[in-house]
Amino acid sequence: MMKKHVHLQLPSHTDYLDVIREFISKLANEAGFDEENVHKIALALDEACTNVIRHAYDGGDEKYVEVEAKVDRRGMTITVSDSGRGFDPDAIETPNIEKLLAQHKFGGFGLYIIKTVMDDVNFHIEPGVRNQVQMTKYFKKS
Amino acid sequence: MTGFEVTQKMNQDIAVLYLKGFLDAHTAPDLEKAFKDLIEEHKYNILVNFFDLDYISSAGLGVFMGFIEKIRENNGDIRMSNMTPKVFKIFDLLGFPKLYRIFKNEQEALTSFTE
Amino acid sequence: MKSDEKQYELKIPSQTDNLELIRDFVSKVSAKVGFHDDDVDKIQIAVDEACTNVIKHAYDKEGEDHIGIIIKIDYQKLAIIVTDRGKGFDPKTLELPRMEAYLAELRVGGLGIYLMKTLMDEVNYDIQPGVRNEVRMVKYLLKDKNEKINFTSDTSQ
Repeated sequence: MMKKHVHLQLPSHTDYLDVIREFISKLANEAGFDEENVHKIALALDEACTNVIRHAYDGGDEKYVEVEAKVDRRGMTITVSDSGRGFDPDAIETPNIEKLLAQHKFGGFGLYIIKTVMDDVNFHIEPGVRNQVQMTKYFKKS
Repeated sequence: MTGFEVTQKMNQDIAVLYLKGFLDAHTAPDLEKAFKDLIEEHKYNILVNFFDLDYISSAGLGVFMGFIEKIRENNGDIRMSNMTPKVFKIFDLLGFPKLYRIFKNEQEALTSFTE
Repeated sequence: MKSDEKQYELKIPSQTDNLELIRDFVSKVSAKVGFHDDDVDKIQIAVDEACTNVIKHAYDKEGEDHIGIIIKIDYQKLAIIVTDRGKGFDPKTLELPRMEAYLAELRVGGLGIYLMKTLMDEVNYDIQPGVRNEVRMVKYLLKDKNEKINFTSDTSQ
């Protein structure tokens, strides 16, 4: 059984989203996930990193997004960390697209997507210190 | 291999945008620019063909949200066609079919503008 | 860190089945910062060799510890630092040798380090066995350090 622990740190910039997606897709594929779940994992990670890049910091290349991936016999757990301003995880709700449009709010989809495509999602928020989104995909959803 | 491309073709008074590759937070500005250009040229009947689009994230979905009001105010619309099941699932997940007309193929979508 | 410098880090278990992930990661980053395919290939092979050395020689067992890969980029060069905390080696024994001697001896890491030195512009070591061993390799974005100056000079000869 493959067990693996990988750590990746990249500048907080959208330029690297494709590197991150490809990296995690390979890892997930190696771990034994099928194509659909590989896509879900890559999408969830993209959304988590996009949130960090767009919202955690005030811009500038000197900030980093950290990705940690662990594979064990149950599945794959990915943790995305930053030291930016954080957010309120309780504010995530099922988006009502008509209401959002009326309110001119075009965001908020990212975390909803993460929660929908992954099996387990946890948040640990300490603004300015360390904010983490931890998400797990199990080999077989129980 | 991982880039994004948007090309445009006019079909009578309907502007068709062909999307190709990976639409994420990095490439979304390219699509924004395509919409901005169309609006500047007062082309408000827009069909987006997703045939060659391999990937979309919420940053890509946000682009469609950003322009739809302005376009509908001008009696136009953004309609969509040729989505792969993978891409459609993401639109569906966020309730887009309630707000946008999504067609199987380009011909059906084009015809819908004449209705 | 200087503001014109970007840094990328990957920490991954020391096992050969990760070499492909490492190569892909390094190639993507090098291509993004502007290296041509030819140089991307060279960088990729050099990193593969450095990591293979760690996997085969630094630790006693595959997968028991990690390899660190740090890429630092500024406007003129890319530096890749491959680190481990394994048993280390004596870089003095790794002077460029006669190939036949190597092949006869199949000395630890010999061929790999020969390749690294050939493919990259600079290769340096800092060895502290059991604590931190590092191989640092540099590739310049310009063909050589003086090209910027030569570029404007007369090329009509």
